Amino acid sequence: MTTVINVPHSLEDKSFEQVLEQVAPLPVDEKIIVDARHSRWASPYGLTALLALAQSRAERPILYVPEAENVSSYWSRMDFFKHAAELYEIQGRVKSAKAVETSVLLEVTSISKSDDVHDVVDKIQQRAQDALVKNLNLDAKITMRFTMALSEVCQNIVEHAGRGGWVAVQTYTWRVRLGGRRVVVIAVADPGIGFRQSLESAPAFQRKDRWDDGQALEETVMRGASRFRDPGRGQGLAGVRRFVGNWDGKLSIRSGTARIAVLPKGDWDEDEPLLENLPFFPGAQVQITIPERVA
Amino acid sequence: MINHIDVSSMLRKSVCELYSNLVTRPTGAAVRSEIEQELDRIGERALTVIDFSHVGLLDFSCADEIVAKLLLQYISTDAPRREVYFLFRGISEAHVEAIEAVLERHKLALVTQHADGETRLLGIIGLEERRAWEIISQLGVGAVADVAERTGLSRDDTERTLDTLWRRRLLIRADDGYVAVGSATIGSAPPSLEA
Repeated sequence: MTTVINVPHSLEDKSFEQVLEQVAPLPVDEKIIVDARHSRWASPYGLTALLALAQSRAERPILYVPEAENVSSYWSRMDFFKHAAELYEIQGRVKSAKAVETSVLLEVTSISKSDDVHDVVDKIQQRAQDALVKNLNLDAKITMRFTMALSEVCQNIVEHAGRGGWVAVQTYTWRVRLGGRRVVVIAVADPGIGFRQSLESAPAFQRKDRWDDGQALEETVMRGASRFRDPGRGQGLAGVRRFVGNWDGKLSIRSGTARIAVLPKGDWDEDEPLLENLPFFPGAQVQITIPERVA
Repeated sequence: MINHIDVSSMLRKSVCELYSNLVTRPTGAAVRSEIEQELDRIGERALTVIDFSHVGLLDFSCADEIVAKLLLQYISTDAPRREVYFLFRGISEAHVEAIEAVLERHKLALVTQHADGETRLLGIIGLEERRAWEIISQLGVGAVADVAERTGLSRDDTERTLDTLWRRRLLIRADDGYVAVGSATIGSAPPSLEA
């Protein structure tokens, strides 16, 4: 049996839940067709999550590519199809990337080992200064800290996921809530073991009365818990939290059936701090959003 | 003996010739291992400059591996690896956040030296310890009595404070008192500090 999964017109972190609502009930070895023909836009989160989705399936899925040429071309420029070709049976005409996309700070990039993180850091440093300081009016200090945050969230894949994942970085206009303000977004997605299973693998792990994906996210993100005994562990995400707080940004992490969000002090986002009982999706999907500074 | 370790060179030597950023835990562990091998060659008692001047980015994992874990081996009150003192140079704004975070996490402190030669303490340190360190730093060489007089602390309390600073490898014990790490590198090392 083959099930068609409809991809929403606008594919970002919230609307990706519609994809997962369709996929989660299906056996992992059931063939799926991911139908993105009517997609008009995808955020870095949407693109990286689509790749993680394919990785999570036992049977190689089929991908119907977006019909709109500008959308297909944009996905090409983001290097999405380059990676998707190895994970999906691609059906439809893929428009080649002709123009350079200046809003893209980092195309969809595979992360599976420490060297990949070095490559990402080297690459982003060259592009981040202009994008963050000139285009988003942020203080020059942000460039290094932004790169540090990117490095830390990528390392989570290498250290905890148990398999490879994806990262992408882009600036775009956040029309939904910011009234047209620009943002820079880091998206990282993997289909690995996720936060709960990672903590459960700690030798000293003791199951609590209430123990689920939400609890695991709270322990890790808010209290710096780690599966390692080494007291130096768990500082990376704490640093990312500080970074996001200092720049009025937002951090959200989805793992398993829960999503936790560190919300901005400003009023540009009205998300829930913790969402539970979401459709199951393996691994972890991280999004960091930093808004432009307005006078 | 004063040794100089360029962290950027250690990175290129141990991990990759092309890298200039200290990111990822395996990278930090490899660089620390290289530094430890250097330290193994320099004898039982030494002052070592750890120079970050040519390092681009330093993330939390690398700061934990290179700074915190290195210090932890040499400040152990029970069995320190050897009597090695560290002076950190070239710590820029790009490094300080990660370094401060790991020092706080492990309740450590270090001495950092700016380009103009000025030294200061970074990390977790009590008010009395900081005051005592600053007095010794200003004096060049200071004894218990010098610090007790200036702080108003009892001789016993002062002795304990200076001993703690020595165990934390922020002060060097000399024949006639203590020398602050950092001041020893201005000019020549005190005669008692030999490899």
